[in-house]
Amino acid sequence: MFNNSSVIKLEDISFSYLGSDTKVLDHLNLEINKGDRIGMMAPNGSGKTTLLHTIMGLCKPDSGTIKVFGKVLNHEKDFLPVRSKIGLLFQDSDDQLFCPTVLDDVAFGPLNLGFSRADAIDIARKTLEKLGILYFEQSVIHKLSGGQKRLVALASVLAMEPEVLLLDEPTAGLDNIVKKKLIHILNSLDISYFVISHEFDFANAVTDKIYSMENGKILRDDEIHIHRHEHVHKHGKHPHIHK
Amino acid sequence: MIEEQFAYGSSFIHSLDPKIRIIASIVLSFATALCDNLYFAVIYFVVSIILIVMARLNMIDIFKRLRPVFWFLLMIWIILPLTFEGDILYQFYGLKITGQGVILCCKITIKSITILLLFSALIATMTVASLGNGLHRIHVPDKMVFLLLMSYRYISVIEEEYQRLLRAAKFRGFNPGTNLHSYKTFAYLAGMLFVRASLRAQRVHQAMLCRGFNQKFHTLDDYPPNRLNSIFLMVISAASLSLVIFEMIWI
Repeated sequence: MFNNSSVIKLEDISFSYLGSDTKVLDHLNLEINKGDRIGMMAPNGSGKTTLLHTIMGLCKPDSGTIKVFGKVLNHEKDFLPVRSKIGLLFQDSDDQLFCPTVLDDVAFGPLNLGFSRADAIDIARKTLEKLGILYFEQSVIHKLSGGQKRLVALASVLAMEPEVLLLDEPTAGLDNIVKKKLIHILNSLDISYFVISHEFDFANAVTDKIYSMENGKILRDDEIHIHRHEHVHKHGKHPHIHK
Repeated sequence: MIEEQFAYGSSFIHSLDPKIRIIASIVLSFATALCDNLYFAVIYFVVSIILIVMARLNMIDIFKRLRPVFWFLLMIWIILPLTFEGDILYQFYGLKITGQGVILCCKITIKSITILLLFSALIATMTVASLGNGLHRIHVPDKMVFLLLMSYRYISVIEEEYQRLLRAAKFRGFNPGTNLHSYKTFAYLAGMLFVRASLRAQRVHQAMLCRGFNQKFHTLDDYPPNRLNSIFLMVISAASLSLVIFEMIWI
């Protein structure tokens, strides 16, 4: 309905951790519009996770404004209704999945949103089915593998039917099979998302533009050139040096 | 780490509402603990065996579960008969075994095994998640229910973290022994574990906030009202109560 309308807009955001002088975010500007599929590749410690947590209201910025769906968010209670509309996938799935069983965890969000028990179960089942993991709805979470946990964590975020997804290194520690599955899932989703990743192939496969971060600021597509060369030559498998 | 080997089954006991089972086990174990007569203790023991049979649990597995208690009981059997004052049953030079001591040992043995069997039959036959649900519905404070469920979920994560730290130390040539260096290293490991656990707690809390957590306990389990539940609870309560009254009148 609001095509190309701004979903998340950060203006002039600065943030530094308590007791530290370095600004993790330094007068940063970022806009995510409806339908955007943005990737973010930047070195460790450049403030990517802090950026996501700032959007969710988990880190309070020292200055600047956060606008979500056109509304300025200042206090904890402003963020409450917004959090269900923005889904954040954490770096470590063990942080995100805290219920004993898979179904419990996926239904946790819908129950908090006020859905009845039957509806919450229904939503949870449908989400699990969409990701092709309905067969372990009754599994105990601490017995799942890393890849399974990541998919369940994604399901638990998607069950809240967010309008934007923020993904914090979704492929970290995953094998190629789960990575491919994740690429397939993300490409079939009909929502905007913002992905932090260290893997060029993955970021390239699921996003339309790639940003980077430096000195607490965002570098846009046209300012950076992340690319990969593939080439063939006659030395074959023998070790050799390029001049 | 935590195996719920008895939790899945299709017996009558398994089909009972967790809430009912929790209340029944509390009533029965209190009655057993308060009982002071050997014959009555045997009756409670028989009741617990009946419940185990009703839950169709494997006797060998039950026996394995009881092993830690046997060590505790063995200690009591060695110490009590020799030290308890009373009529001498058998004397060997300075060592006196008293009749009262032996009877007390019997009582302690039967009562402790009975209580464990009761809990095996009634509580171990549900998952930790159902236990949390049952506790919530008998109005145990939400904070305590969360504490139980979170410990269940994260104990394996913390154990994994500990193993990871220990492995890292071992790879760098750490060889635990009885010396200050080893104690110090273990203290560092423990400290690190606390730091990590608290950081993780922060992240888990953030993740919960992101999904709209509002300090309320929601649960998915649904136990339709069933007349068997109330009949079971009434039978258990009536039996315990009458046994307690009988014991009071009799003695």
